[in-house]
Amino acid sequence: MSLEIRSLHKSFSGRGGYQHVLRGVDLTVERGEFVSFIGHSGCGKSTLLNVVAGLSKPDSGEVRLNGRPVSEPGPDRAIVFQHYSLLPWMSVYSNVWEASHSSRPDRTRAQTGEVVERYLTAVGLWPHKSKRPGQISGGMKQRAAVARAFAVGPEVLLLDEPFGALDALTRAKLQEQLVELWTGESSTETVLMVTHGLDEAIYLADRVVVMGNAPAPSVLEILEVPISRPRDKTTIVHEPAYQHVYNRLSDLLTGDMAGHPSKAAGHGSPRG
Amino acid sequence: MSEPNQVLVADRDDASSASGPAVLAPIPRPAGDRRWANAGSSIALAFAGTIVFVAVWQVAAIARPDLPAPSETFAQLVALLSSPLHDYGPNDRGIFLQLGTSLFRVFTGFALASAVGVPLGFLLGGSALVRRAINPLIQVLRPVSPLAWFPITLVLLKDAGQASVLTIGITALWPTLINTAFGVAGVPQDHRDVARVFRFSRPKYIRRVLLPYAMTSIITGLRLSMGIAWMVIVATEMLSGSSGIGFFVWDSYNNNNLPAVVSAIAFIGLVGFGLDYAFSQLARRFDYAGGS
Repeated sequence: MSLEIRSLHKSFSGRGGYQHVLRGVDLTVERGEFVSFIGHSGCGKSTLLNVVAGLSKPDSGEVRLNGRPVSEPGPDRAIVFQHYSLLPWMSVYSNVWEASHSSRPDRTRAQTGEVVERYLTAVGLWPHKSKRPGQISGGMKQRAAVARAFAVGPEVLLLDEPFGALDALTRAKLQEQLVELWTGESSTETVLMVTHGLDEAIYLADRVVVMGNAPAPSVLEILEVPISRPRDKTTIVHEPAYQHVYNRLSDLLTGDMAGHPSKAAGHGSPRG
Repeated sequence: MSEPNQVLVADRDDASSASGPAVLAPIPRPAGDRRWANAGSSIALAFAGTIVFVAVWQVAAIARPDLPAPSETFAQLVALLSSPLHDYGPNDRGIFLQLGTSLFRVFTGFALASAVGVPLGFLLGGSALVRRAINPLIQVLRPVSPLAWFPITLVLLKDAGQASVLTIGITALWPTLINTAFGVAGVPQDHRDVARVFRFSRPKYIRRVLLPYAMTSIITGLRLSMGIAWMVIVATEMLSGSSGIGFFVWDSYNNNNLPAVVSAIAFIGLVGFGLDYAFSQLARRFDYAGGS
């Protein structure tokens, strides 16, 4: 059982013809894996995540989850958006409750209430459950968004630069909470995370997928992170495996940058 | 409009939550004092402005003796207020009764405009097809003066009072319609994505995303519509009426009672201000401090 991404192509038409954002992406993610996606802005990482979420359709290729093709959002996948995307007119509690309730009509109201309480407590927001998003900090908003995603009980969790806008301390805390929730009682097995942070990508993931830039945005290289769990954020950086992956990532990303100094070079033909 | 206030509120909430810096805590008292000082100086300045205004008015009344002087007008105002509810036939009714008649027409016309404008606005904002079909029409009809509609409504309804109401309905329609459409069309992609990922049903999307998001625009539209309605009523009643505050203005003018005209202007202004204030308070209730 796994998540399969098969020869995914996606382009947007813009000035001077098509702009490819995904060009033949192939990837298989095993159930229970944590995969990070890293690459420069505009390399299609977020688009890839949106396609897996079912929010946007590829031009060609497909995504299969446990053998079934993905064509629209479903309760087996939940996403944590980059900008929290909580509904500002509802309390933290209502935000999580409404999402959980409508994603999982199979649950009774009591069950939904229980799940919502469990995850809001897990991320430390239970005391703040009646506050509206405008009344809490960025870190708290992102925790609410994480609780909302987990409360759906998805098999696959999609994270789109979830901690990018947070300060280092808050980010570290949230990373730990995320790992706890993932390894803990939640039904979430597989995690795909888009990130800009090398440390974050290595610390959290089993594999790091490096995406290349235009004109051929696709998977550049996949790096294993052979470090056993549970991992300690403070000591992990001294492991040779960590440093090896880190250096390779740096090389790839700077090399990719140097290789394509003008990344927006228009590509006339619609499909390669 | 009330943005500085919201920022203040947001700051305070941050301070009271765990993450806020404790430094902010002792500030409220001085801030409160300052606010009182501010309110005091506001009242003083408003008073000063009024004094200057009345002085200019007095000078103007001396220069042009056919204009009513402040003292005359004030006496008339007191006279009007001393018997605001009497009803001795259509030509002699208390000022509050006249205002009440006008307000009733305004609210009826406004209700009509809202009942059409809000649903049509949803249609307009939700469907590009509808938008392309009727937007040009709206753009042409919107700037038409209210009084231009009056002959048509008069022919349609044969009754001046009802025609006023319908004229208000037509002219107050546009701001509600356009602002509702604007709010509905503007739901951010973020919110739509949330609704899709978490599989909100259509009714839930409308109730939990579309309506709350559009609410601030809708209220802005209603507020503008109400302002227009209140302006239009005076005009139509002057043109046609046998009752209402507009009729009172015209009737007073015909009886050469300019102090009564000026008094009526004061009442019209105060009521208009009251209506607008009520809507601004309503708008505040639907304002969500901070982003998503």
